[in-house]
Amino acid sequence: MTTVLAVCEQRDGALRKVSSEVVTGARRIADALGGGAEVEALVLGSGPASGADQLGTFGADRVVTLTAAGFGTYAPEGYARAVVDRAKAGAVVVVCAASAQGKDLAPRIAAKLATGLAADVTDVVVEGGALMAIRPVYAGKALLKVKLTGKPAVLSLRPNVFTPVPRPKAGAAQTVAVTIPAGRVTVKGIKAAEAGALDVAEAPIVISGGRGLKEPANFKILEDLAHAFGGRAAVGASRAVVDAGWRPHADQVGQTGKTVSPTLYIAIGISGAIQHLAGMRTSKVIVAINKDKDAPIFKVADYGVVGDLFEIVPALISEIGKLRG
Amino acid sequence: MKIAVCIKRVADSETRVKTAGDGKSLDDAGVKFILNPYDEFAVEEALQRKEKAGAGEVVVLALGGAAAQETIRTALAMGADRGILLQTDTVPADGFVTAQAIAAELKGGGWDLVLFGKMAIDDYNSQVGPMVAELLDLPCVTAVAHLTIEGGTATAEREIEGAVEVVQCSLPAVITADKGINEPRYPALKGIMAAKKKPLEVKPVSLSGGAIEVLAMLPPPARKEGKIVGEGAAAIPALVKLLREEAKVL
Amino acid sequence: MAPKYHGVDFYALDSLLSEEERAVRDTVRTWVDDELMPVIGEAYIEGKFPKQLIPGMAELGLFGANLPEEYGCAGLNNVAYGLIMQELERGDSGVRSFASVQGALVMYPIYAFGSDEQKKKWLPQMASGKVIGCFGLTEPDYGSNPSGMITVAKETKDGWVLNGAKMWITNGSTAHAAVIWAKTGALTDANSIRGFIVPTDTKGFSAKDQKGKLSLRASDTSELVLQDVHLPKDAILPKSGGLKSPLMCLTQARYGISWGALGAAMACYDEAVSYSKNRLMFGKPIGGFQLQQARLAEMLTEITKAQLLVLQLGRLKDQGKMTPQQVSLAKRNNVNIATDIAREARRLLGANGILVEYQAMRHLANLESVYTYEGTHDVHTLVLGQEITGISAFE
Repeated sequence: MTTVLAVCEQRDGALRKVSSEVVTGARRIADALGGGAEVEALVLGSGPASGADQLGTFGADRVVTLTAAGFGTYAPEGYARAVVDRAKAGAVVVVCAASAQGKDLAPRIAAKLATGLAADVTDVVVEGGALMAIRPVYAGKALLKVKLTGKPAVLSLRPNVFTPVPRPKAGAAQTVAVTIPAGRVTVKGIKAAEAGALDVAEAPIVISGGRGLKEPANFKILEDLAHAFGGRAAVGASRAVVDAGWRPHADQVGQTGKTVSPTLYIAIGISGAIQHLAGMRTSKVIVAINKDKDAPIFKVADYGVVGDLFEIVPALISEIGKLRG
Repeated sequence: MKIAVCIKRVADSETRVKTAGDGKSLDDAGVKFILNPYDEFAVEEALQRKEKAGAGEVVVLALGGAAAQETIRTALAMGADRGILLQTDTVPADGFVTAQAIAAELKGGGWDLVLFGKMAIDDYNSQVGPMVAELLDLPCVTAVAHLTIEGGTATAEREIEGAVEVVQCSLPAVITADKGINEPRYPALKGIMAAKKKPLEVKPVSLSGGAIEVLAMLPPPARKEGKIVGEGAAAIPALVKLLREEAKVL
Repeated sequence: MAPKYHGVDFYALDSLLSEEERAVRDTVRTWVDDELMPVIGEAYIEGKFPKQLIPGMAELGLFGANLPEEYGCAGLNNVAYGLIMQELERGDSGVRSFASVQGALVMYPIYAFGSDEQKKKWLPQMASGKVIGCFGLTEPDYGSNPSGMITVAKETKDGWVLNGAKMWITNGSTAHAAVIWAKTGALTDANSIRGFIVPTDTKGFSAKDQKGKLSLRASDTSELVLQDVHLPKDAILPKSGGLKSPLMCLTQARYGISWGALGAAMACYDEAVSYSKNRLMFGKPIGGFQLQQARLAEMLTEITKAQLLVLQLGRLKDQGKMTPQQVSLAKRNNVNIATDIAREARRLLGANGILVEYQAMRHLANLESVYTYEGTHDVHTLVLGQEITGISAFE
């Protein structure tokens, strides 16, 4: 019985949304491989994580929680060892998220399995029995189609791309205690950035501001716009305003910031330098608001509005408010 | 402190990306190559650590074609002491193969720190650093935006979604650097001249195998031509209608 | 990070540069992108030299870059030095003037005409930017004709007393030390011209910025007044003598300016090309119209010629074969084509071209100063005329 391992992610005992994307991706691979391949969702923690019971909805045949002392917080070496031990029991593919944790964990898993990692993948297919992946390179200016020949094959999925699709399977849950040391790298703590702030790399809607905002205090209107979308939007920033100290680096969208792929990306007061475009060009829909109709951002945008953002954004907030009743 | 920094020669992000005749790689005609920006942070971190310690050696290592010597010399110009080029005509698509070659070179080197940039801006693989750590059996922290080292313990801060993770491990360790860890220095012009005289060893390597095979390099799906919906606040009702009914994202 | 501006290289001239020369050029190019471009518009409008950049420039090694390492300098060859000037002036002529003065007009004369003590005392401090210098040759009534200068230095029992005035002195009000050229003999005797290092805090020395400049605004241009300035014996540059000495300094500076003007031209061209591709009018980019294409073709042609000219000049200088007349040809040509290119670029930019957000008009205004200083265009014409025919047409 072949298994596709979906490595899920929990924080503080709750499964992170990206886990359902990983299971979705794993299910897609398992179905494409055929032959009754099963998806095993793997959760590592100090106990069962809340939300794990939902994983069956997205296609997990079973959900296995591996527990050990020190697994409550991310333990890179312990987690890698635990996943690899599990993988060696018949997994043909190991799927992780290319989240912050996944980007740290997946290479360790691959190296322990002495194989390569197809990282930050945006699509998977099986052709002629072989697993293929598509991954953006050169700041999204090209896509590489790669064949994974490792046994098992290891890949990580770009967040916000593998939209969770209900494909209900049994999802039978079991908890297995493992005696694996946490390892030499210890998470000492987590400093919260901002209470409840949605990360730009994971939000379905990203509203980014640039120097057109004129001063840091004006980002309030973008936060108001994000608020108007009811908790589904994050506020991002161009490199210029991060370098100027107006916004934290965690919010920076662009080549030396984060690469984001939201459903809706609204660029406000951003001219559209290549390095910024690199971070958001795979967004599903791009809207640009800028006073300069020759700004390069309009070339990438699906919809553009030219004019004074200080007039346009309030109008947008009001219109969105009407939609939500 | 004995520090190794692994760097990569990459195409400048402004590069117009054209597929070469083989259909799988970058056509490098007219492409400007630079030191991977994340590796600049790694080199700078190494130099600062050595300066803080008062003594030591910073060795820069690259895997690539002969032209990568220029990239190594950029790091030497910044202040690194010597360089090693593992020369190969094609950089493997499989990061693990690269990691194996680098680990073989670094093994037994008695390094206090092995530094990488968190990822290369050409292949976006983000993997060689932690893989080398596995192969050398060293603790590793990735994507470090802030690093303090005291008495053999490294305390690192890394960005996770909506928060900052504080991680600790003992040296020797592998660290991959993220933006924010430092402000890389410009290679001083004196440094550029001095770089010529610093040792740069070229070692041909032959790499084979790997579990990732590139089948094709394709252009991204063409975005449908966008449109300017209108001007000023008056265009907003039309925009929202389009987002709702045409793009179906609201 | 890598530079955002990519220069102009239509004839693959990079292949004629050594790896170090390219590395030097790329480093300064990135520095200008990161540190100078963000502040230059405001500095120009305010009429202030961006002093906060001095430590960064010094750390990079931009001052006296072609002087030897034993004095704390980078010890670069002259092509590399030229490339530095090219990239600085791509940023702004005023900022490049600062570096030209510091390196070619202050550090160079101390290096060429100074005693060992003077070299050891001043050069490292000037390389590190701790001591800023200025070059006092031009006077209110003696510009193109420096041999007529009336600043005098009378020898006394303990040293020298200097009296006179200088004008149009870059860095004058910021300088800690001034290299002043004065006649030690009769006013009719140009051979009695000698150089003196004058600390600017010496009693009797004052500097005042000249106001109302419409060009080179991001640069300090000052009048200097010397009223009974007493100097010790060792203030004189012992190996200086006659007009030849300051002219040798000017040759150094003019060499750098030939590269610098080219940098300004390259910046204007690059901006014009980018604008012509993005600016739409009558339904298409303006770069698709014949008249704009003609402008751009002309610019590229002149830039390419100027690049080859100045590269060979640098190679000759490195071989020790360069003559002042060869420098005159380069300075005259490159500044002239740069003023044309800046003007045509300004016109291509349309209304936007009058805003400080775009570079062309700032370069255009600056280059008028560069056309006039370091030997006016007309003076260099006569230098060449004399060289060609053997007959002086100066008077």
